[in-house]
Amino acid sequence: MRRRLVNAAPAIVLVAALLGAWELYVDSGATSSSILPAPHTIAESLWGNAGLLGHNLAITAEEVVLGLAFALALGFALGVLIHLSPPLRRAFYPLTVGSQAVPIAVIAPLLVFLLGFGLLPKLIVIVLICFFPVLVTTVDGLAAVDPDQLKLLRTLDASRLQAFRFAELPAALPAAISGARIAVTVGVIGAYIAESQTATSGAYSGLGHEINADLSSLQTSRAYAAAVVLFAFAVACFYTLSEIERRLAPWANQSRGDIR
Amino acid sequence: MSTQLQSLAHHTPGNRTPGATGENGATGTSDGINLSDVHRAYRDRRGTSVPALAGVCMHADHGELLAVVGPSGCGKTTLLELVCGLQAPDRGLVECAPAALMAQRDLLLPWLSAVDNAALALRIAGRPREQARGRAAELFAELGLQGFERTHPHELSGGMRQRVAFLRTLLSGKPVLCLDEPFGALDAITRAEMQAWLGRALQREPRTVVLVTHDVEEAIVLADRVVVLSPRPSRVRAEIEVDLPRPRSRTDPAVIALREQALVALGMGDS
Repeated sequence: MRRRLVNAAPAIVLVAALLGAWELYVDSGATSSSILPAPHTIAESLWGNAGLLGHNLAITAEEVVLGLAFALALGFALGVLIHLSPPLRRAFYPLTVGSQAVPIAVIAPLLVFLLGFGLLPKLIVIVLICFFPVLVTTVDGLAAVDPDQLKLLRTLDASRLQAFRFAELPAALPAAISGARIAVTVGVIGAYIAESQTATSGAYSGLGHEINADLSSLQTSRAYAAAVVLFAFAVACFYTLSEIERRLAPWANQSRGDIR
Repeated sequence: MSTQLQSLAHHTPGNRTPGATGENGATGTSDGINLSDVHRAYRDRRGTSVPALAGVCMHADHGELLAVVGPSGCGKTTLLELVCGLQAPDRGLVECAPAALMAQRDLLLPWLSAVDNAALALRIAGRPREQARGRAAELFAELGLQGFERTHPHELSGGMRQRVAFLRTLLSGKPVLCLDEPFGALDAITRAEMQAWLGRALQREPRTVVLVTHDVEEAIVLADRVVVLSPRPSRVRAEIEVDLPRPRSRTDPAVIALREQALVALGMGDS
């Protein structure tokens, strides 16, 4: 516990310094508080609207977690297919790369037309954004398996499937999770876009929708409070995935960087 | 130990001719190795063809330990991959019983425990996990690895990793073992221990062994016969019978004399 505190100290100091500078900047009167509210105003709003924000967080969290899970499954499955079959690689890879260049904000309303206002179109938007980093890290993870290791498995009479099971799959799984870790931050942005484009006008339609509604009704501090919740949620997801990756691949601990 | 391992060996001899890699055929020398006039070139990074072996002939009977020494880059690894069926010769004949390869690097799978790594061949052969583990664990004490069954490779010392890799090769049950500089990465003390251990293990448990090494002394101490290769493209430059009782000491004058003979064949003798 104490070590964790020591580890977290630099981040705490940095956040405190940024908040202090922000507070001073707003106090100096250089900007209007309806455009940039002071941190203490946002904190008050956070406290006062805890119920509403919590409710909306639950909705957004469901979208992001489900979307990420599907993206992980899709990215991993596609990565394996692309790795195992050169024709499939040539068929799918350009398409998947291209899919990332399509402006999601353009597709989102079309999906609503097609699929209605439910969870599904939002999930599709998030999966579309999130599967790509998973796919790329999976393909790279599979390609990074030591060719000598595969040779060794051949001398032990391993079939292609056994080589995959013993050498490639265990190498690719943590790589895929690593991709999901990259994806989680864009996934949160994806959830915001999806909600902005597809949400109905109810009170509980997710944090993204909340932010938009508050901004248009000049409830700026609550919009910022919602953004703070999104921020905390993304950070929590990132570290949860890091922990999963660490448990899945304890051997990779030493060689990996400090971003966890 | 010997009875356990003997029963694991499946004795299906095979041969390899140009164009036939991988699966072993039905004919060939029984449990021995026979290479005649083997040519093999490989492509370097620019795609130019580099001849590695140019008419290599060598032979090992069942239970014989054949050491191969040669200058670095002379195609020793290519030779072992031919014997193991990972490559096919461009010309010539490779006849060999099924062979297991122990590469220079231990190539342990980081996600498997030591005992699961050792038992890998058994798992591949379709044995249930617990049974395969039990089989491998029986041999752990023999190698001074007891207590480390559940340890993962990144927590083992270099010498221990090498022993696990050797156990994995042994447990493949193949009648021929190809060892590619198995002790090259170890410190001098561990290397001497491992050499002594290998000598003992093979005395109890005879297999046909091809030991590639750059250490001439190691070759003389361990082998029945030492083949000296020329620089690339390699041919056999000399073949030295080592008809000395075991265990051999590196300070034995007979060992020193043979070492000198091998060094002269390599072109680096004292005289």
